Amino acid sequence: MIQNLAFYLFSFILLASAVMVVTNRNPVHAVLFLILGFVNAAVLFLLAGAEFLAFILAIVYVGAVAVLFLFVVMMLDVDFASLHEGFQRYAPVGALVALIMFAELAFIAGTWAIAPAGSADRLFPTPADVSNTVALGQLIYTAYLPLFQLSGVILLVAMIGAIVLTHRDRKRSLHQNISAQHARTPEQTLVMIRSPLGEGVALPQTQKEEETL
Amino acid sequence: MLIPLSHYLVVSALLLVIGIFGIFMNRKNVIIIMMSIELILLAANLNFVAFSGALHDMVGQVFTMFVLTVAAAESAIGLAILVIYFRNRGSIEVEDVTLMKG
Repeated sequence: MIQNLAFYLFSFILLASAVMVVTNRNPVHAVLFLILGFVNAAVLFLLAGAEFLAFILAIVYVGAVAVLFLFVVMMLDVDFASLHEGFQRYAPVGALVALIMFAELAFIAGTWAIAPAGSADRLFPTPADVSNTVALGQLIYTAYLPLFQLSGVILLVAMIGAIVLTHRDRKRSLHQNISAQHARTPEQTLVMIRSPLGEGVALPQTQKEEETL
Repeated sequence: MLIPLSHYLVVSALLLVIGIFGIFMNRKNVIIIMMSIELILLAANLNFVAFSGALHDMVGQVFTMFVLTVAAAESAIGLAILVIYFRNRGSIEVEDVTLMKG
């Protein structure tokens, strides 16, 4: 009973915050509602028995992805009010498409049932004696090891791609130009001066000009 | 699992529909469109987890993890593209992205 109440409460907050995400005028508020929605989805994951994924959702999504959205929204100096134009114009079409799609999905959900013999076709039934995290780890490090490694490669490629895309080489800082250093010869930099007696060293003309500059 | 599977299916269907509705409504704002894509992926994840719990099969949770990975990579690359696009053009309106129009 308490699980049912929790499910209805958290799914209501999830759906309400999702509506606020897509209809809000202020993108910062939209990101904050997205965070709220992800937290509530994590609770729904917990109620479904996926504890590890619930915490992954809270840590990775709320902690990393949503905060990344927040950084980008606050970094871009965009006039968000002008971006909100046309909201009323697109509303009927959007509502129509959403309604049709939800009707189709409701037809599927209403008339659909699991075949009684279907449970024999399960690939990896949930073990009853170990915790959710252990069961998941036993799968991803054995049967799904290639896919798991590949998802790591995907994250690496995404990280390198994001850095390469957004990195801007500022010329203000002092760089070491190694090829220029190696190309220097004594003829370019060294000046031999024979100074007359009693007059001291007179600098060559070019170096005097450089000094005055 | 105490909560019936159909409840989860209805919630995730509503979440998916809200995400699609958001893409239609905010045709100018790329950031909101990306957030709507995140909502759609969350609906898919909720379906995976609900079926995994109802059928007592671990594969759904494994695939949810992969979907989370791909979604995180997608949003990172998308936001990076958004940042350099804003740096070059000073705008993030979708209608301005017509550089490849012949």
